[in-house]
Amino acid sequence: MGQTLVEKILSAHAGQKLRAGDMAVCEVDVCLTQDGTGPLAVRQIEKLGIEGVKNPQKTVLFIDHAAPSPRKELANDHMLLRAFAEKTGSQLSDIGDGVCHQVIMEKYLNPGELLIGADSHTCTGGAIGAFATGMGSTDVAVGMALGKTWLRVPETLKFVISGSLAPGVYSKDVILHIIGMIGADGATYKAMEFAGETVEKMTVPERMVLSNMAVEAGAKCGLIASDGMTEAFMTEMGRREFFKSLRADDDAVYERVYELDAAAIVPTVSFPHTVDNTRPIDHEDCREVSIQQVFIGTCTNGRIEDLRIAAAILKGRKIHHGTRLIVTPASRRVYGQALREGLLEIFNDAGASINTPGCGACVGVHQGILGDGERCLATQNRNFQGRMGNVKGFIYLGSPATAAATALAGKLVDPRNYV
Amino acid sequence: MIYQGKAWKFGDDVDTDAIIPARYLNTSDPKELAKHCMEDADPEFMQKMRVGDIIVADKNFGCGSSREHAPMAIKAAGIACVVAATFARIFYRNAFNTGLPILEAGEAAAEIKSGDELRIDTMTGRIENLTTGKTYQAKPIPPFMQELIDDGGLMAHISKKSKTS
Repeated sequence: MGQTLVEKILSAHAGQKLRAGDMAVCEVDVCLTQDGTGPLAVRQIEKLGIEGVKNPQKTVLFIDHAAPSPRKELANDHMLLRAFAEKTGSQLSDIGDGVCHQVIMEKYLNPGELLIGADSHTCTGGAIGAFATGMGSTDVAVGMALGKTWLRVPETLKFVISGSLAPGVYSKDVILHIIGMIGADGATYKAMEFAGETVEKMTVPERMVLSNMAVEAGAKCGLIASDGMTEAFMTEMGRREFFKSLRADDDAVYERVYELDAAAIVPTVSFPHTVDNTRPIDHEDCREVSIQQVFIGTCTNGRIEDLRIAAAILKGRKIHHGTRLIVTPASRRVYGQALREGLLEIFNDAGASINTPGCGACVGVHQGILGDGERCLATQNRNFQGRMGNVKGFIYLGSPATAAATALAGKLVDPRNYV
Repeated sequence: MIYQGKAWKFGDDVDTDAIIPARYLNTSDPKELAKHCMEDADPEFMQKMRVGDIIVADKNFGCGSSREHAPMAIKAAGIACVVAATFARIFYRNAFNTGLPILEAGEAAAEIKSGDELRIDTMTGRIENLTTGKTYQAKPIPPFMQELIDDGGLMAHISKKSKTS
């Protein structure tokens, strides 16, 4: 009997053949923390009385959630993280370097590896066929210190997507559609595996959107086979020697298989205050919804491909007078590319504010907190009440194209009329 | 452990931003976090609740971020235990690691109302509603997780293992 992707990767890290339902202690390849969860992890390691970390080259401390710091308490936390990195030889990704989930893909994570991160969207790493999952600070602290973690091998829900996406429809719309279909707890404790010709044709940056949002359906990871697209991505990142192909066996056992027709998926928006509260853009609820803030960025949709899509719509135009547009590239690499390609000039000329690479407005501590009763259309992954710093704010989620078109119109609009 | 306290009932998908909003994450001091526990779900929760009370919620409690501050805040607020129809995966793990007792019990979550007096035995998973007289059985805790609890959480478990090996 064959194995699913998650069974294969976890078996390789446990040194024994595992099946869904098994518990195992696994070797950890890469650990990450961010400035919200890192200080707690550092204190836990100190409590264990352990000096240093198991694998400093692959232990990465990110300062991305409140960067640059908006408060002295957070600035002090940043100092703690820098000192720990210095002391242990761990890698530090400081202010302006970018969002952890983007930078980990650019520089550290390889296909087939096991990544644990003290951030729920660590599952982004599944896009290159790595087992990547979010945990709390204590779990990640133990992984950093000992290079091991315990895991229950999850059952897998497979999503087979066939056909071509229509112009103006992107992988963001696909994943919002899926979460709307199965619900915010539709994959709790499970692995999601994305496959089929539509996924095979997606580039790794497009696939990252699917994997990134797996946790929004409650999943432990969102895996995609490592193939030619993965090789192209690893080559572009200058790490081709670490590429290896990896796919599920044809006779792997799935808990459930969902078949989707890509051509039937339209631009999709999540309404406040849950990700699964989705509407197709042509739904009557989407008519005349005025939007005061548009935010393009994050680990979900702040990559160069996303900025190109938005810039193509915004080029030579001005955003609506009642709407502000915030653009936050996901990493320093993305920022540099956008600068060289003239995209930042297009955003600036259109009337956007451009922020330091990082999590930006998504976490609600700085760089774009909403006012009472304001509505924001964001390319991020989460629209919980209070997420963007104000319980009286309303967050809608959509693709970069939907975001750019909405910034021009000042209200929710169908991006297919703009691309 | 046996806990007795008043139930506070919440609905589906209580997320970590509702349990402890990111705007208060400029500290990991449990006492400071506790001041804002459940604030975005019920702004007056901390004024109304008493130490030893019990949170009861429907499905997917603790969904969202990986912040361990969420179970820490609930525990430091004095909540004895959380009963829910289901928990989000990361929260479930964090609760065990930080020593917050949690129980999965769908029927109990559906029927218990705010203000009901509950008695809960976390070892056996027996939940008694003293107000209605009804008794429920929670899902058993996986043996590995039970071992963590018996050792006093993940850190204590690791320390114990490193001493014995």
